[in-house]
Amino acid sequence: MADAQAGPRSAYPPPRPPEALGRARGALGALRAYGLIVAMWVRSTMAYRASFLMTTFGNFAASGLDFAAVMIMFSHIDRLGGFTLPEIALLYGATSTSLGLADLVLGNMDRVGQRVRDGTFDTLLVRPVPVLVQVAADRFALRRVGRVSQGLLVLCWGAVGAGVAWTPAKALFAAVMVIAGAAIFAAVFIGGAAFQFWSADAAEVQSSFTYGGSTMLQYPPAVFARELVRGVTFVVPLAFVNWIPALRLLGRDDPLGLPGWVDFCGPAVALAMLLGAGLLWRVGLRNYRSTGS
Amino acid sequence: MRLYAAVAVSGFRRYATYRVATAAGVFTNTVFGFVIACTFSALWDERPHLGGYDRSQALTFVWVSQGLLAVMSLLGGGFQEELQERIRSGDIAVDLYRPADLQLWWLAADLGRAGFQLLGRGVVPLSVGALAFELALPADPLRWLVFLLSALLGVVVGFGLRFLVALCAFWLLDGAGVNMISALLCMFFTGMTLPLTVFPGLFGEIARLLPWAAVLQVPVDVLLGVHSGAGLARALAFQALWAVLLLAAGRATQSLATRKVVVQGG
Repeated sequence: MADAQAGPRSAYPPPRPPEALGRARGALGALRAYGLIVAMWVRSTMAYRASFLMTTFGNFAASGLDFAAVMIMFSHIDRLGGFTLPEIALLYGATSTSLGLADLVLGNMDRVGQRVRDGTFDTLLVRPVPVLVQVAADRFALRRVGRVSQGLLVLCWGAVGAGVAWTPAKALFAAVMVIAGAAIFAAVFIGGAAFQFWSADAAEVQSSFTYGGSTMLQYPPAVFARELVRGVTFVVPLAFVNWIPALRLLGRDDPLGLPGWVDFCGPAVALAMLLGAGLLWRVGLRNYRSTGS
Repeated sequence: MRLYAAVAVSGFRRYATYRVATAAGVFTNTVFGFVIACTFSALWDERPHLGGYDRSQALTFVWVSQGLLAVMSLLGGGFQEELQERIRSGDIAVDLYRPADLQLWWLAADLGRAGFQLLGRGVVPLSVGALAFELALPADPLRWLVFLLSALLGVVVGFGLRFLVALCAFWLLDGAGVNMISALLCMFFTGMTLPLTVFPGLFGEIARLLPWAAVLQVPVDVLLGVHSGAGLARALAFQALWAVLLLAAGRATQSLATRKVVVQGG
C-alpha cells in the first residue's frame, strides 16, 4: 500500500546520482566492505587465541631473527658495503615496515591462483563488492602487525643511531618514504595477483620481488652487482622503497649517480606502479574464464 | 614395505605434476641465491675465513642451501599442513583405520616429495650458482654420494621435527601458530639465514648440537669436505642419532594422541 501511495513520486529505477558522487560512494562502499570483511576475519582468528598469539609473536620474531643474523654478521665486522650497523638498521627497518604494511593490507593476494584452480574465485564475482577488495581482505591476518612493529622498532633504533641530524622536514620525508614504499610493495602484490589469472600455479614468483626484494633492500646497494642495482631501479623500481630516499637521509651518494630530484620521486613512482598494477588486474579479471568445474 | 614404496613413488609423482609451481619456486630460489650470495661475498671480503670457510665455500653454502630449501621443507609446505587439516577435520579417523602405520605412511610420502624436489628444485639453482659464481664443488663422486646420504638423513630429521609439529594439532586444532614457530626455528637454526659456524661462542656451540643442525648444516659441510675420516663418521652418526630420537618421540606422541584425544565430532 505504501508503495502504491508513493507511486507517482518514486521513479523506478531510482534516479542515478551524478557520476562523480557515484564514484565517491563506490570508493567509500569498497572501503566499508573491506572493513567488514577484515572485521569478520579478525573475529574468526580470535576463535583460536593461542594460535593468534603464537603467530603474532612468530611474525615479530621471524623478521627479528632476520635482523639477529645481521647483528651476528656485525659481531665479526664493523662495516658492510661501507655502512655501519645503525645505517643498515635504517635501511632494514624502512623496507621491513613498508613490506609489513603492504602484507598486512593485502597479504593474501597469492591465494588468487588457488581460488582460480579450485573454482572458488567465481563466488567472488557474484558478490556486490569489488573483486579486488574481496581478494585483498581474504583471510586478513592481524598477526602481521608483528612484522610491522618489529620493522618500526629497528627503524627507530637505526634512525637514532645513524647520526642523521633530524629536522621536522626530514622526519616527514622518512614517513613519506615508508608509506610510498608500502604502496610500491602493494603494487607488486596486486600485479603478482593479476599474473595468476594467466598462470595459476606461479604464485611463488611474486615472493622473489616482495620478500626477495626486501631482503636485498636491507643491505647497502654497494654490496650488489651494478646490473642488479640497475634492475631494481629501472625495471622493477624497488629502489624507491628505501635505497634512494635513505641514501639522501644518510647523506651518501647513490651508486648510479642519479640527479638529486630523483630522491623525491618515491610517491610518484608508487602511484604510477599502483595504476599500472590496477590496469593489469583489470585486464586479468576481464580475461578470466572459470575452470567450469 | 611394498606399500610404503608405492606411497613414496606417488609422493614423488604428486609433486612432479605441478610443473609451473616448480619453475616458479626455482626462479625464487635463484633470485634469493643471487641476493644472499652478494651479501655473503661482501661479508667474506671483509672477513676472509669467517666460520672456517673461504669465500668460494661460503658462496657454495648459499647455493646448496637454496637448492635444499624445498627438499628439506624449511619454509613449510610439506606434509604437515595436510596432516593437521586431516586432524582438524576429523579425517584422521579414516587414516587410523587403515592397515598402515601413520608415521611410516607420511614418512614415505615425504621421502618421495623430497626426492622430486631434489631433482626439480635443487639442480637448477645450484647450476646457475655454479655458472655465475666461483663455487667450491667437489669433483670426487664419492663425496657427492656421501652428501646424498647425509641429505637423506637430513630429510628424515626434518620429517621427525615436522611430524611432532603436525601432531600438535591433536591438542591445538589450529596448527598455524606452531607451524610458524617451527618455520622460524628451522630458518635460523638450520643455518639457512647464516651458517651455524658463524654463530659466536657458546650460543654457536649449542646451535650446532641441536637437531636443526642435522638438517642442513651437516649435509652442506659434508659436501664442502669440512669433515673427513672419523669426523665424517661422527657427523653422519650425529644425524642418525637425531633421526632415531625424533622418530621415537614422534611414535610416542602418536600413541599418546590416538589414545587420549577424541576425534572431532566423534
